[in-house]
Amino acid sequence: MPDKRLLILAVLAVVAAIAFMTVGLRGNIAFALELRAVRLVTLIQVGVAIAISTVVFQTVTANRVLTPQIMGLDALYLFGQMALVLTLGSVGYVALDPRLKFAGEAGLMMAMALVLFLPMLRRRFDVGLLLLTGVVLGVLFRSLAMLIARLIDPNEFAVVQGSSFADFNTVRPDLVVIGLVVTTVAAVIIWRLRHLLDIVALGADSATGLGVDWTKALAGLLLLVAALVAVSTALVGPVTFFGLLVVALAERIVDSRRHRLLLPAAMLTAVIVLLGGQMALQHLLDGAATLGVVIEFVGGLVFLAMLITTSKR
Amino acid sequence: MIEINNVSLRLGGTQILEDVSLTMPKGGVTALVGPNGAGKSSLLSLIARLQPLQTGSISVDGLPVDTTPSRRLAKTLAILRQDPAVASRLKVRELVGFGRFPHQRGRIDANDLLLIEAALQQFGLMDLADRFLDNLSGGQRQRAMVAMAFCQGTDYMLLDEPLNNLDMLFARQLMRDLRAAADNDRRTVIVVLHDINHAAVYADRIVAMKSGRVVADGPPAEVLRPDVLAQVFGYDMDVIDVGGAPLVLHHR
Repeated sequence: MPDKRLLILAVLAVVAAIAFMTVGLRGNIAFALELRAVRLVTLIQVGVAIAISTVVFQTVTANRVLTPQIMGLDALYLFGQMALVLTLGSVGYVALDPRLKFAGEAGLMMAMALVLFLPMLRRRFDVGLLLLTGVVLGVLFRSLAMLIARLIDPNEFAVVQGSSFADFNTVRPDLVVIGLVVTTVAAVIIWRLRHLLDIVALGADSATGLGVDWTKALAGLLLLVAALVAVSTALVGPVTFFGLLVVALAERIVDSRRHRLLLPAAMLTAVIVLLGGQMALQHLLDGAATLGVVIEFVGGLVFLAMLITTSKR
Repeated sequence: MIEINNVSLRLGGTQILEDVSLTMPKGGVTALVGPNGAGKSSLLSLIARLQPLQTGSISVDGLPVDTTPSRRLAKTLAILRQDPAVASRLKVRELVGFGRFPHQRGRIDANDLLLIEAALQQFGLMDLADRFLDNLSGGQRQRAMVAMAFCQGTDYMLLDEPLNNLDMLFARQLMRDLRAAADNDRRTVIVVLHDINHAAVYADRIVAMKSGRVVADGPPAEVLRPDVLAQVFGYDMDVIDVGGAPLVLHHR
């Protein structure tokens, strides 16, 4: 039985998608539609990837103010990218099939995420320690990426620079298909694990008592999160607070942490916010601000508000 | 039957358990008592495979806890830890329903619903069933956790200080429920208790631990004697007889 609030969200998301395709359409209609369709698919899969990776990450870490990006997972991806440019040189890097490149970077990142975070998450840290570790890791990998940027020559640097900032406008048609495949597969797996996720949210001891193999579950979920972060980072660059914003909103809307409600709600909210925000900026403000900046600003405020309210309790 | 053979545990350079061997037959209520740091909770964690076994072996109904799949064990043994972290925005009824997870992997059928309602009823949670856990008092939350462990429907139930946070009424109620589970449902209950007088009345057997070793083991009348108690807890206390059960005057 679908929840009423989910239905409303779904309708809103469809309306946003239709409006995104049709509002202000002029000139060569076929060309514009094709361009918009690719962007629509990009935005939707990025929204879905960020929303569900954030939900799963928050469940695994038992922490509602975290996103994989705050823990430096996207920095890990960018570092992998830089490392690849350094070893291959810009010519080799550009010549590589972008899909192969993505697969390599995502694989590298998933392996590193597992090595770094699994030992930490097997026994749960408290919020402060976890956040601190994340910030330190994020800074470490960003700095390493910067160091490599200084080592390589400017031409090579220009190749990767573009992907180091959040950008919802540039479309990567070469990565849309592989991103779509990864996002869809991960989303289906996570949806099928929704009951398990409810149990994982109870913590290591209770989950083990209820028959969950904690380490195995944790490793699998971390890999899924890493794959999804790789998709969103490859497509639009690092966005730290967007996931936090939409998951917090979705949680308010369905008033539950049960994953069968929260997962679809978070996905739909993300799609609505991304498409709606993109249209508002484009048509109402004439592109005076970029969506990435606005979302990070609002999301950052939500993050601060949540930190303050949780520390008060 | 739970068989514990030569189990030792060392954590961070401290000897927590030292060569513990214990057999707990099926059925009945066994109380683990002892001063803080005696290793009661650690022993319970090891039996419930929440902590990896270092030396020795433990088996429950012939299933070795370190090699049996977690899900298989979850149908035989339920554990309630001290102060479990509780996820937010979760209703009492939902939490109790999680007890059915090992059997159904999340799909709740009519039979499960009956079991959930029965558990809610038994622990006086009917009025609280649709409240969120983060809006409950510590004692109410504790009752919800115990109801979840009950709902798991396992032959063995391990409870680590379940009386924490409970007022006298519910503490007595919980002990009676554990007794009833042992007597009527043939469940095996192993419970860590701090209030030795609850153990005196409701347990069939008391295992007293100190510094990681078992120092006394037997029916309440044998263990709750002034000399044994002084050895376990380190001070002298009087024991009087009230209606055939020993009453330990530990507070004077």
